[in-house]
Amino acid sequence: MAAVKPNRWWHGLVLGVAGLYFGAPLVASLVFSIDIPGQGVTAQAYTGILDAPGFLDSLWLSLLLAASTIVLVLALTVPAMVAARLRPGRLGSVLEVVCTLPLVVPPIAFVAGIGSILRLGPDRLSETPLYQTFLAVQDERFPIALVLSYTILALPFVYRSLDAGLRTLDVVTLTEAARNCGASPWQVLRRVLLPNLRSSLASAAFLTLALVLGEYTIARILTFETFPVWIVKISGSEARLSVAVSLLSLLITWLLLLALSSAGTKTTTSEE
Amino acid sequence: MSGPGATAAPGRAPAHPRRRRSATLLAAVPLLAFVGFFFGLPMLAVLIGAVTTTDPVAHTTTLTTQNLSRSVQGAYLDALESSVKLSAVTAALGVLLGTVLAQAVVASRWRGLRNLVVTASGVLANFGGVPLAFAFIATLGISGVVTQLLDLGSLGWSLYTPAGLAVVYLYFLIPLMVLVIAPALDGLRPQWREAAANCGATGRQFWRHVGLPVLAPSLLGGFVLLFGTAFAAYATAAAMVGSVLPLVTLQIADALSGNVLVGQEGVASALALDMVVVAIIVMAIYLPLQRRSARWLR
Repeated sequence: MAAVKPNRWWHGLVLGVAGLYFGAPLVASLVFSIDIPGQGVTAQAYTGILDAPGFLDSLWLSLLLAASTIVLVLALTVPAMVAARLRPGRLGSVLEVVCTLPLVVPPIAFVAGIGSILRLGPDRLSETPLYQTFLAVQDERFPIALVLSYTILALPFVYRSLDAGLRTLDVVTLTEAARNCGASPWQVLRRVLLPNLRSSLASAAFLTLALVLGEYTIARILTFETFPVWIVKISGSEARLSVAVSLLSLLITWLLLLALSSAGTKTTTSEE
Repeated sequence: MSGPGATAAPGRAPAHPRRRRSATLLAAVPLLAFVGFFFGLPMLAVLIGAVTTTDPVAHTTTLTTQNLSRSVQGAYLDALESSVKLSAVTAALGVLLGTVLAQAVVASRWRGLRNLVVTASGVLANFGGVPLAFAFIATLGISGVVTQLLDLGSLGWSLYTPAGLAVVYLYFLIPLMVLVIAPALDGLRPQWREAAANCGATGRQFWRHVGLPVLAPSLLGGFVLLFGTAFAAYATAAAMVGSVLPLVTLQIADALSGNVLVGQEGVASALALDMVVVAIIVMAIYLPLQRRSARWLR
């Protein structure tokens, strides 16, 4: 690269401006949440978070939804994707298309469909056992309808991280070796493949966690009070609190994902 | 390419081809059934809702084009237009600024910086939504810290306008562009630059005749992807402005939320269908471009 001298000042300027733009909202949020005009600096907004009505309930609901979504999405994708590796052919590309499809549809359009199906229930089917099912999936304490929707939304992310993990493995050889040693298909999955996929399973789980904790569109339209819906609800009466909670949840999500992605790159380089 | 692992097939002879085939297919059935049911049915419901209308008294459903034609008229057309306009403008800005940022990072001598920016971009691009909206309200809202500090209010600044929304959208669009364009910029070999320089080309000539043509598919693909993302965004705008701005996502939410006139549900479905059509067009442009740009990036 000796022939080409990059203009250092230009790069510095761009990086500086970018740093300012991406850092300013975080710094300003912090200032906004602790500096009350006329009263000076106080950490009230942060100490009050735990006592805020609805905070723990909505956070708990979102965490519960996230955990169920992670279990469901992994239970669906892992066997299917391993199967696609074992049986080369069209299945792999079918799965890719199927798992990427949800990206094409904006969540608001998706929820328009879910909404009209859920509305069908009470109106038309009140005579049938299906009615109970429709009520059950909309239970406020644990809305299964949200778990099902979030599983669809998470599919593209989960597919990508599992696919990346499977790419580094020779699934066919591993499976055949284990089978020759007398392992059952279940043992192969549990004792051989899953341990090898640990880091990509973890990244799929974390991405899903971040997605569910942040999802607003579907929960809001179906009127369930998940964590993001709660933040918007309190913002009217407690602006400082909502900014404080937003800042915390942004930072926590980002730190989690940053830690995850740096851990991911470290393991892949050390394996190579 | 018929699928991952297809190349490994010829050398292997599965012991029980038939049994294995059915067993592996069985493992994929739950996923396919799940998507077919919980994704397929809602999409079907959107389609049916868009082209039918139900009489509230007689409960009879009839085929109609009324919803679809209403969805492209009047206030709904305005919303669709301003959504498209906002998405196009923010996508163009995102492409420009994201490419400049990515170039500064790629060309930097500091290795760690690249890792940091790409990782952070992955995080910023995907997860913001509601918290991001409030961070910006605290920064550039009416009583936001920066607004007060620089007295932007007296300069006519308002976060609750399309321009304000664009500033917020760029917070996740620029990182998305960095993710798309960084590998393409890596693909511009230093040797090409040296070769151009040896032939007496200036930096400007290099970009005009080599750099930009090679990057073109990635740039266009990035634009389309950013457009789609901005077009589909709802949470940020809803948390920031409620339903003040005419955006198609906000209109759908309004129509779905029940505080509506009879028959609006059909319009919501029709608008949703309009969005899906736009998204499909976007993907139809994006995927071939991505394949094309992949050619240069080995």
